[in-house]
Amino acid sequence: MNRIPLRPLARILHARQVGENPDAIERENLRIRHEQMRDKARQRAEGRLLVMGVMFFCAFAVIGVRMGHLAGSEPMEPRAQAKGASIAAQRADIVDRKGRILATNMETHSLYAHPKQMIEPERAAKALAGIFPDLDEARLTKDFTGARKFVWVKKKISPEQKQAVHDIGEPGLLFGPREMRLYPNGKLASHILGGSGFGREGVHSAEVVGVAGVEKFFDDQLRDPTREGAPLQLSIDLTIQSAMERVLYGGMNLLNAKGAAAVLMDPYTGEIVAMASLPDFDPNDRPRPPVSGSPSDSPLFNRAVQGVYELGSTFKIFAVAQAMDLGLVNANTMIDIRGPLKWGKHRIRDFHYYGKELSTTKVLVKSSNIGTARLAKMVGATRQQEFLKSIGMFDPTSIEMVEARTGKPLLPQNWSELSAMTISYGHGISTTPMHLAAGYAAIANGGTFIKPTLLKQGSPQKGPRVMSAETAARARAMLRLVVSHEEGTASLAEVPGYAVGGKTGTADKPKENGGGYYEDKVIATFASMFPAHDPKYVLVVTLDEPEENTGGEARRTAGWTAVPVAAEIISRVAPLLGLRPDIEPVQLAGITLASQ
Amino acid sequence: MRFLIYGLTFLSMIGFGFWAYRENYETQAALSEVGRLQSDIGAARERLGVLRAEWAYLNRPDRLRELANLNYDRLQLMPFSSDQFGRIDQIAYPQMTQVTEELEFEGTVELSSNGGQEP
Repeated sequence: MNRIPLRPLARILHARQVGENPDAIERENLRIRHEQMRDKARQRAEGRLLVMGVMFFCAFAVIGVRMGHLAGSEPMEPRAQAKGASIAAQRADIVDRKGRILATNMETHSLYAHPKQMIEPERAAKALAGIFPDLDEARLTKDFTGARKFVWVKKKISPEQKQAVHDIGEPGLLFGPREMRLYPNGKLASHILGGSGFGREGVHSAEVVGVAGVEKFFDDQLRDPTREGAPLQLSIDLTIQSAMERVLYGGMNLLNAKGAAAVLMDPYTGEIVAMASLPDFDPNDRPRPPVSGSPSDSPLFNRAVQGVYELGSTFKIFAVAQAMDLGLVNANTMIDIRGPLKWGKHRIRDFHYYGKELSTTKVLVKSSNIGTARLAKMVGATRQQEFLKSIGMFDPTSIEMVEARTGKPLLPQNWSELSAMTISYGHGISTTPMHLAAGYAAIANGGTFIKPTLLKQGSPQKGPRVMSAETAARARAMLRLVVSHEEGTASLAEVPGYAVGGKTGTADKPKENGGGYYEDKVIATFASMFPAHDPKYVLVVTLDEPEENTGGEARRTAGWTAVPVAAEIISRVAPLLGLRPDIEPVQLAGITLASQ
Repeated sequence: MRFLIYGLTFLSMIGFGFWAYRENYETQAALSEVGRLQSDIGAARERLGVLRAEWAYLNRPDRLRELANLNYDRLQLMPFSSDQFGRIDQIAYPQMTQVTEELEFEGTVELSSNGGQEP
């Protein structure tokens, strides 16, 4: 490097000659040198900054361009990854417990139009109206000849319709691939499955989204591509469901009922093997929700899960079981049933006169309101609340359907002693048939509360204990007597070989506008388990406004309506469930009828 | 020496370039093959889905019930009931004469080398 000396000899000598300070020359040179160094350093720093700036600009430009490209382009299936091969973009199937299809997908086509590309819009509109009778020709003509650039004509068309539209020969009519949800079994299990519709729609594809039932509850899971199209397996058995729906439908028509519901449940695993609510609908063509009238009259209304009803005397077993579990009474304790039982200005009466006193077992067998009200008085309102809460009567059921949370039980605001007494025989508390099935399952499985579920389970649930196993066994023996004893209210439920045990319940329907109960409209319920000595299944059948007219006068009690329907369901379904008819053990947990 | 190094570097550069070119084209070919296979798989899945849906549709309980009713004269199918359960000792043991009759063959039977035995 060529450096300028700080003290150049010629200039120093010259300065000495003229009498100047030679140090000034040195300082001057030093200053110049420093300025040069500073300029050089600045130039270098500026250069570096420029390079950095260019690099950052390039990096951000690359990211920006890539982002813009990703946002602006159609998504592509990743082809280079090894795992990409297994991505299934379809909505997963729903299958029953034996793998039979309940819901699957079908490829179909949608029809849309680009009016700007149309050659003869009027002719096309006329031809389309001929192919699809539900389309309005005038409206189509207006759409095709107006300023619109894009018109949806039909969301789903069949292959025959596609060919017919193709034959019109109009270049402005275009088809897009479209996936649709298919329920091959039609109306079967319609309330469980719910239905589906289209979410975001494009020309090349459309999202299929669940709108009700398990389709909506498991929507995310069904649409999750990482599950690789693994089907959703429900606990429902297609054969059992079909047989149950058919018998229930026949029973509903025969008994002139407005609606009906039935729940068949495994009391150990909590699996719902079949669940029906009538009237029902076809999920392939799900009707729109009603805009007028009571929503509970719509076929979309699921009586088994959404309908909260006072289920009447079926609740008596809970009062009896709790009183026995607390050691207040045993099966043979005599209970005073002289009536009417007065509480304030209210009076509790029995359906018939049953005498002065009855044993606890007979209170249940003959269904004495006064007897259970006295038991409830002994138990007390607080303990009754705790017990009913422990068997899930306070909250909506946890079943995997979106409708379940609307089935919230109706409870008294002030749980007085009178409430406790009426609730002991099922009045003043409204629950769904599903709640009742879960409560009976606790008795059937030996005293543990289990949550009903629609998913296939591998093993029994371990729920909290709500009563001792002995109490549960005694309660089961009593329920068996309700059916097997000649004075029992459910003697028509006897199915040879299946030792049905259960309790009837007939509750007057409350008027919609408040102000008391109808005198000629009831909800008839039969809650049962079979075989009673070793329950394998719990069945709850509810009929809405049934009327049996074969006798002289109309009979509405559950013993004449819900019970025969339940018996027919059991005799049809039990063999299909693989239950062999069995000879019942003679002695049922040491129960005797003391008042005989 | 320097010339040799330059030469080798130049040649290896050409070699690598050629290799990269070939790899690129092979990858592209493999990718398009994968794409073709996947669209085949997709089409096969779609066909399978249609067949499964059709199978489910044809086997729906309503249709089977109707078919059983229509063909009652020939098949005499009734709903399954509890009196149809039997015990294993209700089934008669097959008699030996029937078995031997069934085992007699008409004509010669060719056996494969795996299952056959030398006489």
